[in-house]
Amino acid sequence: MTDAVQPIAKSQETGFHLPRRWPVRLACLVLLLLAVAAVAGPWISPYHPDQMELARRLQPPGSDHWFGTDHLGRDILSRLIAGVRVSLGSVAVTLGLILTLGIVIGGIAGFAGGRADRFIMRVADVFLTFPTLVLALFMIGVLGTGLVNVIVAIALSHWAWYARIVRCIVLSLRHREFLLAARLSGAGPVRTFIEHLLPATFSQLVVLATLDIGHIMLHVSGLSFLGLGIAPPTAEWGVMISDARQFVWTAPLLILWPGLALFVSVTAFNILGDALRDRLDPHLKAEHGH
Amino acid sequence: MLAFIVRRLLLLVPMLLAASIVIFLMLRLGPSDPAMDYLRLSKVPPTQEALETARRMLGLDLPIVSQYLDWLGKALTLDFGTSYATQRPVLPDLIHYLPATLQLAGSALALTLALSIPMGMWAARHREGWPDQVVRLVAFVGVSMPNFWLGFLLVLVFSVHLGWLPPMGRGGLAHLVMPVVAISFMSLSINARLLRASMLEAAGQRHVRYARLRGLSENRIERAHILRNAWLPIITAMGMHVGELIGGTLVIESIFGWPGVGRYAVSAIMNRDYPVIQCFTLAMVTIFVICNLIVDIVYAWADPRIRLAGEDAA
Repeated sequence: MTDAVQPIAKSQETGFHLPRRWPVRLACLVLLLLAVAAVAGPWISPYHPDQMELARRLQPPGSDHWFGTDHLGRDILSRLIAGVRVSLGSVAVTLGLILTLGIVIGGIAGFAGGRADRFIMRVADVFLTFPTLVLALFMIGVLGTGLVNVIVAIALSHWAWYARIVRCIVLSLRHREFLLAARLSGAGPVRTFIEHLLPATFSQLVVLATLDIGHIMLHVSGLSFLGLGIAPPTAEWGVMISDARQFVWTAPLLILWPGLALFVSVTAFNILGDALRDRLDPHLKAEHGH
Repeated sequence: MLAFIVRRLLLLVPMLLAASIVIFLMLRLGPSDPAMDYLRLSKVPPTQEALETARRMLGLDLPIVSQYLDWLGKALTLDFGTSYATQRPVLPDLIHYLPATLQLAGSALALTLALSIPMGMWAARHREGWPDQVVRLVAFVGVSMPNFWLGFLLVLVFSVHLGWLPPMGRGGLAHLVMPVVAISFMSLSINARLLRASMLEAAGQRHVRYARLRGLSENRIERAHILRNAWLPIITAMGMHVGELIGGTLVIESIFGWPGVGRYAVSAIMNRDYPVIQCFTLAMVTIFVICNLIVDIVYAWADPRIRLAGEDAA
């Protein structure tokens, strides 16, 4: 996440300092811990996440296993740490895909104008109004189950918000003098777009993307929980919740940890997104409701 | 108003046709071969000969346009094909599961409205006071909470620990409580925040200040001058919430063993059972489009600017 925040820090002359409010500080701390877990996971986790020890299955939290073990004797803490990488990794790929789709399609719509623009925006409207989960379910039905297809399905159900923002900004700046000057000095439409229009969309796109991270994480885990995304034995939080469901009565803590990890991560990203929005883009609030 | 409704109803026909074409094409042009999936689900070994027979039987050797027209012709007589996995007609099965899903989603919608409206009004009335903080906190938890995990938390507390509510199945009101809360928590959080913001915006307008100058009571100002305007964004958002609530229902059903379309659809998606996926998606589109139509009608009725403009035109 930190590298996504960077461009704003540079664009604001005053510099980007962390807000003093404690929830934002706490959220940043959580995100820092997540980043450490994602990068250094294999070195800091006490066990291998898939290492089974059937003799020590369903252990309560203790000194060997801080969070206990699951039904196959795997260490919960190690699996939670491994889950961070899966979760953040799939979010990063999904966001990359969404941003690419949104920027390219929105840019084309804004630049082309006329019929092409009207057609693209009609298609975008369908994607904007249609419930994301039903859309994702259908896309998985077309493409098949698995993580890659889930990522594609989620990206296809989110790009329209980004395309709309990019298109709006392109439309509002299209006739400004600096663009005319760029065109006159021989820059083609692609170069004009990348060098002169894209930077103007950054702050809005970053705010929307940060607010969407939690949403995407919930989607990936939810679909994996249903058995359509990441398949067990991979250590992913949704899969862990699904694994733990048969032990709700005997080992209720099993289902608590992965859900808590998911909830805390999503909350941290949402707090950061809210803080960024208040700072950069107060108008987005009412627009983006899903 | 009547002309408006009729016009919108007629518009449904081309919309659903377009949706059915898109759904049909995407499923046919997807990466996997329906004949192969058919053989796998009927447990026939996929020899070349069997594949050819299956292709001919399913009409996959025809050009795609005639395949679609063939499908459409049957769909108009309410024949949506048979499931590859169960060999049973799709539509009767879907209709069998649908009422349970609609009951859950409808109850979730009712709870969303019943809780988010008082919450939003309460927060707006005591802006920056402790009620506002409480509502903000609840709403913040709501938008970050994985609904499927919330479902299990409720089971842990109310079934495992306290033993108050049944953890599984469909039955009386007690069976409904936990799934409905799990489904609607996110939507009611978003809605409460939206209503608060929209009421505060309406309260800042000049006609509200004028009403206050006229000496009207705060209650009356809130009811007649603020809420009437603050309503409109909420009604629009309802269309979106209906979609999210249906999506949430499909997930939550699997936790509470609720006998709805969710599990039927998920197993069809896993098996790549084409006729079921097709019929299920089309059913969801139809429900969603009709709900949005209702939202539009309510909006037109609630906003005299649109209602009267419509009457002028008609």
